[in-house]
Amino acid sequence: MTADQVWQFFLSGLTTGGTYALIALGFSLIYNATGVINFAQGEFVMLGGMIAAASMAAWDLPLWLAALIAIAITTVVGLVLDRAAIRPARYAPHVVLIIITIGASIFIRGTASIIWGPDERPVQAFSGEAPIVMLGAAITPQSLWVLGATLVSAVAMWLIFEYTVVGKAMRACAINAHAAQLCGIELSRMVSWSFGLAAAIGAVAGIVLAPITMAQYNIGTMLGLKGFVAAIIGGMGNSLGAIVGGLVLGVLEALGAGLISSQYKDAIAFIILIIVLLVRPSGILGREGGED
Amino acid sequence: MAAVEERQAPREPANEAEAMAHRRRMQKVQLGVFLIIVAVLPLVLQAMRPNDYRYYLHILVFIGLNLILATGLNLLMGYAGQVSLGHAAFYGLGAYTSGILTARYGWNPWAAMLAALVLTCFVAWLVGKPALRLKGHYLAMATLGVGIIVAVVIRQWTSLTGGSAGLLQIPSMTLFGFEFKSNMDTHYYYFVWAFVMLLTIIFANLVQSRPGRALRALHDSELAAQTLGVDTAGFKVRAFVVSAAYASIAGTLYAHSSMRFLSPTPFDFHTSIALLVMVVLGGQGTLWGPVVGAVTITFINETLRPYTNYDIVVYGLLLMILMIVMPGGLARGLAALWNWLLDRFSRSSQGEQQ
Repeated sequence: MTADQVWQFFLSGLTTGGTYALIALGFSLIYNATGVINFAQGEFVMLGGMIAAASMAAWDLPLWLAALIAIAITTVVGLVLDRAAIRPARYAPHVVLIIITIGASIFIRGTASIIWGPDERPVQAFSGEAPIVMLGAAITPQSLWVLGATLVSAVAMWLIFEYTVVGKAMRACAINAHAAQLCGIELSRMVSWSFGLAAAIGAVAGIVLAPITMAQYNIGTMLGLKGFVAAIIGGMGNSLGAIVGGLVLGVLEALGAGLISSQYKDAIAFIILIIVLLVRPSGILGREGGED
Repeated sequence: MAAVEERQAPREPANEAEAMAHRRRMQKVQLGVFLIIVAVLPLVLQAMRPNDYRYYLHILVFIGLNLILATGLNLLMGYAGQVSLGHAAFYGLGAYTSGILTARYGWNPWAAMLAALVLTCFVAWLVGKPALRLKGHYLAMATLGVGIIVAVVIRQWTSLTGGSAGLLQIPSMTLFGFEFKSNMDTHYYYFVWAFVMLLTIIFANLVQSRPGRALRALHDSELAAQTLGVDTAGFKVRAFVVSAAYASIAGTLYAHSSMRFLSPTPFDFHTSIALLVMVVLGGQGTLWGPVVGAVTITFINETLRPYTNYDIVVYGLLLMILMIVMPGGLARGLAALWNWLLDRFSRSSQGEQQ
């Protein structure tokens, strides 16, 4: 093992980490608004990639248009999920709501397999395949797209939360939903916003990831779970934590797979999860105390 | 006014102790009826559906295994108020430990079952002890991790588990020299359902014992239970270990069933989710919830099986609708429906008398 290799693993880990970060952001958004872990988050990622791939293949659309369509449709799916399944059951215990999101994820995955079939769909890299050499390690342009999308989404989220009324209202609901409602903030509208935003961010992750992993109806489960792990590592409900958690998870996973064993790659993220829960259960950036 | 009070009097005994005793009597009757149904079901099936008899028995054995798993999980979720997202791991540990010990090392299946039980409980304790010390749903996250790690290890450690190719030639269970050869056979049905009945009765007694009452208290309010001197963390860990033990026993029974063959698929994340669904759909915190959940889910799965691709769409949809309509679970929903019907019936008959 050389330093070059480690650097190479680090860079490729950062790329996967970028997608984990985006998925984790979606988890955090919905968790903050509802206290619910949305197990359909991974399906938003799948939908983003699949819709973009399918619309480019079917109608020969340019990438930007296909991406916009994918984000729009996925956002609508997120909003419908909230309105049709979460809102009618909002007074039910959290476990019931979590099961509803599990039902939704199964439903979305099944529908996708009927519409698009079981095959993998290749998506062309956005700006060529020629690798860029950085300090002795190669990085594909697509990786830069992933990292760029992560950065842009993170900044956009920060702007929304910091400078818009809706963003501030969402933050208020996350801190104390009851008090926020007393101040005239409509909680159900904030929940809708969080589902819409989480679906849009998930779709972005799916679109930029599609050229690397290919789009397929069943990629959502594992990606969703890893994004969930990233959110816990960073500190559940903390947006900055979600991004840090995603990047840390991606890098550690790539290093573990490269240096220890690639066979056990899928287990590495969850071993890290357990270590974090033992050592610092509130996550890297979460508040101390271990309250949920 | 007087008529209403009179009508409700027999169903709502005056004080708490009386109500408790009444519930216990009812439960004994229910368990008795359940035992009779379980005992005569194969005979009825053989008489009515001789052609599909073996198929139905096969399904019933699976319902039995799912019922053991769901009952264990119900103890954790409905009484200790904790969620496990990786219960298939303990099922898998039970199955593969006894499978490997018997097929590769020639152990007696009963000794292997015990070894699997000890190992599974130890792993559960190791995970539960630190995770349950904290408030919140840390156990759910930790079990999610354990579930996937165990599934990956089963798939990848091929020299030990056989990986995706499977672990072959697992011997049958024997009892007093009698070999339970096949799960298509009536023998294995009774063998598995004897375990189901035993474990259900243990569960029914457990939740009414002092630890059970302590668990219920902490499920309602952890703070209140703590101030009354209940060692909440300790009870939660014990409930978790017991629920893992249930899963381990189901795993061993699965390993020694007619296929006598283990592959990784039944022990992955999807099974953990299916179990969670059975408990919540049936009604967590009730004795009969897991029964209703296990039967319903197995029934839905079997009914939808011929419609490939459309099956999981309908499954997902049903799951959402049922949880929205009956968030307390089917067992409670059906009981409420039954009471409502009784109410309607007695009211209308009273109306006729007047």
